[in-house]
Amino acid sequence: MPNLEHPAYPAAALLHLESLVPCRESQVSLLLSIFGERQQFSFPSIFIYGHTSSGKTYVMQTLLNTLQLPHVFVNCVECFTSRLLLEEILIQLQSCSSETEPTSPVPCDTFNDFVRLFKQALVSRELQHQTLYIVLDRAEQLREMEANILPAFLRLQELTDSNVTVVLLSEIVWELFRPNVGCFDPLTLYFPDYSIGHLQKILSQNHPPEYTADFYAAYINILLGVFYMVCRDLKELRHLAVLNFSKYCEPVVRGEANERDTRKLWKNIEPHLKKAMQTVYLREISSSQWERLQRDDGEPGQLKGLSAHTHVELPYYSKFLLIAAYLASYNPVRTDKRFFLKHHGKIKKSNFMKKHEKTSNHLLGPKPFPLDRLLAILYSIVDKRVAPTANIFSQVS
Amino acid sequence: GCFVFKPSAKKRKLSQRTAHDFGIRNDNSEDTELRFVTCQSLWNQIKSETEKVQEDLNKQLLDNLVSFLSRSHFEFQEKTTEWTCRMKFREIPTAALVLGVNVTDHDLTFRSLSDFLQNNITPYIALLEAKDCPGIKNLMQKLMGQLMNCYIDVDSLEDEDYVQVSQNRIRCSMSSLIKWYESVTKKTDSEMPSKKRTSSSTHWQSPPVIVIFKDMESFTTKVLQDFIVISSQHIHELPLVLIFGIATSPMIIHRLLPHSVSSLLCIELFQSLSCKDHLSTIIDKLLLTDQFPFKLGGKVLQVLINIFLYHDFSVQNFIKGFQLCIVEHFYSQPLSVLCCPLVDLQRRVNSLSHDQCENIRRLPSFRRYVEKQESGKQVALLTTDNFLKEETQKLLEDLHVYHENYVSVLRCLHVFTSSLPKYPLGKQIRELHCACLENQVWETEEYESSLQLARMLNKSDLVTMLQQCVEILLSSSGKEFDKTVERLKKFLTQFQNLEEAFQEQDVSVSSQKELQKKTDLYHLQKTLLELKESRRSKKLTKFEMLRFEVVDYIDSLVRKYLVPADHRTLHEILYFNTAAVLRGHLNAAPRTALHTALNNPHWYLKNQALKCDGGSISNKAPDICIVYKLHLECGRLINLVDWLEAFSTVVMAGEEPNAGTASSDQVDDIIHARFIRAVSELELLGFIKPSKQKTDHVARLTWGGC
Repeated sequence: MPNLEHPAYPAAALLHLESLVPCRESQVSLLLSIFGERQQFSFPSIFIYGHTSSGKTYVMQTLLNTLQLPHVFVNCVECFTSRLLLEEILIQLQSCSSETEPTSPVPCDTFNDFVRLFKQALVSRELQHQTLYIVLDRAEQLREMEANILPAFLRLQELTDSNVTVVLLSEIVWELFRPNVGCFDPLTLYFPDYSIGHLQKILSQNHPPEYTADFYAAYINILLGVFYMVCRDLKELRHLAVLNFSKYCEPVVRGEANERDTRKLWKNIEPHLKKAMQTVYLREISSSQWERLQRDDGEPGQLKGLSAHTHVELPYYSKFLLIAAYLASYNPVRTDKRFFLKHHGKIKKSNFMKKHEKTSNHLLGPKPFPLDRLLAILYSIVDKRVAPTANIFSQVS
Repeated sequence: GCFVFKPSAKKRKLSQRTAHDFGIRNDNSEDTELRFVTCQSLWNQIKSETEKVQEDLNKQLLDNLVSFLSRSHFEFQEKTTEWTCRMKFREIPTAALVLGVNVTDHDLTFRSLSDFLQNNITPYIALLEAKDCPGIKNLMQKLMGQLMNCYIDVDSLEDEDYVQVSQNRIRCSMSSLIKWYESVTKKTDSEMPSKKRTSSSTHWQSPPVIVIFKDMESFTTKVLQDFIVISSQHIHELPLVLIFGIATSPMIIHRLLPHSVSSLLCIELFQSLSCKDHLSTIIDKLLLTDQFPFKLGGKVLQVLINIFLYHDFSVQNFIKGFQLCIVEHFYSQPLSVLCCPLVDLQRRVNSLSHDQCENIRRLPSFRRYVEKQESGKQVALLTTDNFLKEETQKLLEDLHVYHENYVSVLRCLHVFTSSLPKYPLGKQIRELHCACLENQVWETEEYESSLQLARMLNKSDLVTMLQQCVEILLSSSGKEFDKTVERLKKFLTQFQNLEEAFQEQDVSVSSQKELQKKTDLYHLQKTLLELKESRRSKKLTKFEMLRFEVVDYIDSLVRKYLVPADHRTLHEILYFNTAAVLRGHLNAAPRTALHTALNNPHWYLKNQALKCDGGSISNKAPDICIVYKLHLECGRLINLVDWLEAFSTVVMAGEEPNAGTASSDQVDDIIHARFIRAVSELELLGFIKPSKQKTDHVARLTWGGC
């Protein structure tokens, strides 16, 4: 295991950092070496990508917080326009070294303004001697803003002529980002998925205070055994672990088994977890309902999931309209005569046999059809006379 | 063209137009004011009644929702720092409200919902509609606007706050929303302990912020996803609750949102009452009571129910239709002035004018009544106004009594028919009601078969039904039912006696014992045959006799009380029965109307000169009608020159035959212009379009066109 070492930072802080970011030591040490010392200029922009919940945001946050590096942390989903994003950065910058009360936000519409205001803020906060880190979480949103935003952020160091590093966090690879021309390529860094061992280690790290770490680790082991096949999302797994832990503890609380009796506990919990996989994980029933169910020890059958209510009642004509539309879009026009007229010519058998060779119409998807055909089919499948009333027309539209 | 029924417009019109306008088209405008007032008061009564019904029906749903909401941010209230709470990531509590496909009713539900929540849970409610929120930016703007406005409303408009709000509105981000929320809760916290505690103690310390998505299906996926992701990041600071209004099925949530987003939600499902149940209750409360003098005739009710079942499932539209019936009835029927509560009846009858008396005499049902009377009375009825008035009052009172009795007996009959297999008379009481209003129900086949089935009911069912009937009749206000109730009770005691008697006699058992004794095969066969024979020809048991009696008695009740309303004298005053008008208004057929107008202009223009027989084309008809009729005779592509020639022939035919021959080869300019205008009108109506195949042709679009 590589120990975190860096001459610029105190060893105690590094040790603390290491305990906070399990299984990400190598990435952190790499980042540290890129960052260098506080006053040193760092690489202008860094791009970090990796799958959902591979610890990108968490690692960056803990790294910057524990080492007390000046930073700005912005989520790009939340700031859905470029203006909001830029203003947010400025506001955070103002309160970054919060000795003074944050003044009222300045309107900042263009990147030009931003650069100017940014420089001012740096000077007024006396941050020009350290590297400032701007972390843009969910950076894929940047692509949907104005075209100049992303390249400008990548060259922010150059544009502002100050010591700043922009860190982009995203779930997709850099190749999907790259604008056409004049773009500064950032340093890309990949966070790999956690392996099952990593997950085990991270999940068992924060165990409840009432129980021993071993006991919880055993529980996590069982949990992973059930859920690892379908879900590797750390957040989701942790959520599920908390939801089902009380059930796991039940025999211990009742005194039927002690904490070391793993087999017995496994037998108790396993069917329960499987049930959870079918319901809670798919959000068929909500987690609060699941908790209540556990408390009451009731059967989940009485609580219907979301998909139990799939039956939809429709008015009479709407139903037939839907059917007619379906028929019109999937049947070829030439079969209409055969299907919907009472007296039609006989079909030759050879003709009929040929049909089976063709691919099913359902594979080809629905086809467009004229309105008249829809209505004609509607009239023929409803056995009573249908008045062509406004109600039907309005439903068609 | 197409007449879309806009209820709100109608209502506005009604209130703006004074009573003077109400009777403008009618000849005798003396009672119009009174009629208008009656109509208004009646409608107000009915409206309040329906609102009450609605409230009662929604109560269950609302209570569930409230308990969910109070549960949802329990942790936020307590601010617990337990291990489990720390570890779980916070989901946004979400209520999925399945409301059914009748979208028009949803508005009302949401309005009552938000009112209810505002009074009980939280002042911070935002109602969002998909059409206002094409992007996340608009959504946030809308959301913040609604939330902050409501805050102003609550604290009765302080000026400085308003400035603050308008400043904030520039920055519509979640962080400013959170700041706002903090300031608001802090303020109320500091204010509350002093004086406001009692007034607003229904709200909690930190009330949740509720965001209602009225029509979740129409929101774009992106907006919803973004919003959920954003708000889930701030759930710790802002206790947010989402409510999704869903018209189809809850599966739509999963279809709209990917798993990564839906896992941020903690969804609970709430189902509103089905609209069919809602309609049944409304019918029960509006039509099957004696509270309102106004009633619907069979055909009209059928039209309304058909629109409901076949087209939209909307209770709101049903009520609007009912309203239209009321307005139409009071508008078109001069005698509807008598359609009032019984208390006012005498006064109104006495103040009738001579014209109105003549109106009464003209009523078909009244004429039938007169014909049945003896000659002396006939003369009196037809000549003496005062006598007529007395008689009218009596008849109308009779009609009211008839309705009361009708309803109770109808309910009794429904008790019987609703439990029969296959429901020959319908499952719902409304079907039975329609059947009874339409014609004499006892003459129908369905009634026959249901009586047959009723004769085969078992005892316990029969007894419970009879008990229900007794209850219904006892609760009804009719005075004639004392005897009936007595009779039914007698039936019940008879059934009880029967039970006791049955236990004592064990005849059949003894015969079976006898049977076991015989060992001889021949004898056995013989006795079996005898038994069979006797069973077939055996007199009916006491129970069966009694059952027949009960069914016959019910039958007699039905024949006595469930006479259709149009057989009663003066039914025109209380019953609205012109279904054709209603159908024309509510269920318009634009194509048919257009065809009629073009084919038979007399229908709409009411000009005697236009009246013509089917085949020929009159030259007096409007140009467009002529052009239309001519184009009906053509094929897919129409040659414009031929068409013009035919047109000019028709137009010239009636005018001056001499002048026509003179310039036959050269078409008059005026006629040419008229023709072009008519053709372009047809194009506007969508019957033809210019064709690219041949430049001087147009293509037909209807009836076999392309």
